[in-house]
Amino acid sequence: MASDPLSPWRRLLALPNESRTKTLAVAFVVSAICALLVSGATVLLRPIQSANRAAEEQARIEALVQGIPGMAELLEASGGALSTVVIDLARGRAAADVTPATLEAALADPANWTALEPGADLAGLGQRPDFAQVFLLRDGADISLILLPIAGAGYNGRIEAVLALRGDMQTIGGLSVTRQSETPGLGARIEEAGWLAGFPGTQTRDPDGTLRFAVARGAAASVYEVDGITGATRTSSAVTRMVRFWLGPDGYGPLLDAIRRGEF
Amino acid sequence: MPARASLWTTLTAPLLRENPVTLQILGICSALAVTTTLATALTMAASLTVVVTLAAGIISLIRRHIPDTIRLIVQIVIIASLVIVIDQVLQAWFYDISRALSVFVGLITTNCLVLGRTEAFARHNPPGPAMVDALGNALGYSLVLVVIGTLRELLGKGELMGHAVLPLADQGGWFTPLSLMLLAPSGFFLLGGLVWAIRSWRPEQAEAPEFGPMPQKGPAE
Repeated sequence: MASDPLSPWRRLLALPNESRTKTLAVAFVVSAICALLVSGATVLLRPIQSANRAAEEQARIEALVQGIPGMAELLEASGGALSTVVIDLARGRAAADVTPATLEAALADPANWTALEPGADLAGLGQRPDFAQVFLLRDGADISLILLPIAGAGYNGRIEAVLALRGDMQTIGGLSVTRQSETPGLGARIEEAGWLAGFPGTQTRDPDGTLRFAVARGAAASVYEVDGITGATRTSSAVTRMVRFWLGPDGYGPLLDAIRRGEF
Repeated sequence: MPARASLWTTLTAPLLRENPVTLQILGICSALAVTTTLATALTMAASLTVVVTLAAGIISLIRRHIPDTIRLIVQIVIIASLVIVIDQVLQAWFYDISRALSVFVGLITTNCLVLGRTEAFARHNPPGPAMVDALGNALGYSLVLVVIGTLRELLGKGELMGHAVLPLADQGGWFTPLSLMLLAPSGFFLLGGLVWAIRSWRPEQAEAPEFGPMPQKGPAE
């Protein structure tokens, strides 16, 4: 029986439970099996989960557009669908060789990501994709609404949202949070309609073009602010920094400038 | 726990006579938090049932080889892994409900009902009885969740499983929803009422009224 491949295993099981070898071995085997189980479930189920998330995001974008006055009719007039454009963020115009269908493949390539300087990285992202998919609603030739997906680091994890800007590119049409893991009951209230209702009509820039948008500490005091969430200072300021980053020069700034100049 | 209890007694005793929630007051954190609607209560009950039954089976299988010094951490690792798997399954196939349950699925890990069953019963019994005992306790927990969930959804919204049952006053009916029922305190009220009702019906469950210096029991949650 010396060549029995199971004999070391049997010898291990025969050890007294309190021996150091057996304690370490049991701890190791249990953790290894549990790690396999957890990673297996995560990897196998991820495609279904991301499909769920995408469907949820689509539904939220539709709800966001429906919730902005006047947009539902416009959406219906334009055939019920938003037009989808992939933007080259650095140049501020439609990407030449990336389409919505190939966006995912393009973003899998690290060459299509730009590392952010710590000073410019307001949203805490570390790096930013060079391409992003935005949604447009046109009234004739003019853009009357643009939906910009934004993301940033929150208190407990990544926050993802869609920001709607009206045709002047500085009035917020609405915000919809598509993904967050903030503290339930405090920061997680950024998902609630009651708080999001403060966004429509808020101005992002003053007449000089300076970004002024902020989530206030307490109640909003100017047209550039929305009410803060009591007890969720970190989440509130994460939203401020996220919106400012994505409307700024490293985010959609070049695109918004091009639209304002009428070049888009 | 009687040593020679038949499987049937093991299964049914925790439903009322030794209900983990109303008698032992275990696992009430989640029982209060997820019972605003019947659907979330049912999902939570089903998740806990699967986790506690499987955990009891696995721990009972390896019960002779768990070193005493690390037995709690071994049990928690097994329970936590099962919980993560269940959470992933919910996110994949029951997306809306998993959003409603948010962190509470993860908190099954720290539900003392689960660790209580594995530590007190599964570690000393073969897999069959261990799983039956765990299933019985999980069903006892589910029973309480379903009762409280039904009452809260019915009285708080006039609905059951999302279908209108009581005609609402603002839609021409007679029922004015009790918004309090949707808030956490009402969970306490209903659970307290349930404990009172059961202990009035079965006085042997009531604890001795005098409170001398008692030995510290395990943390409640």
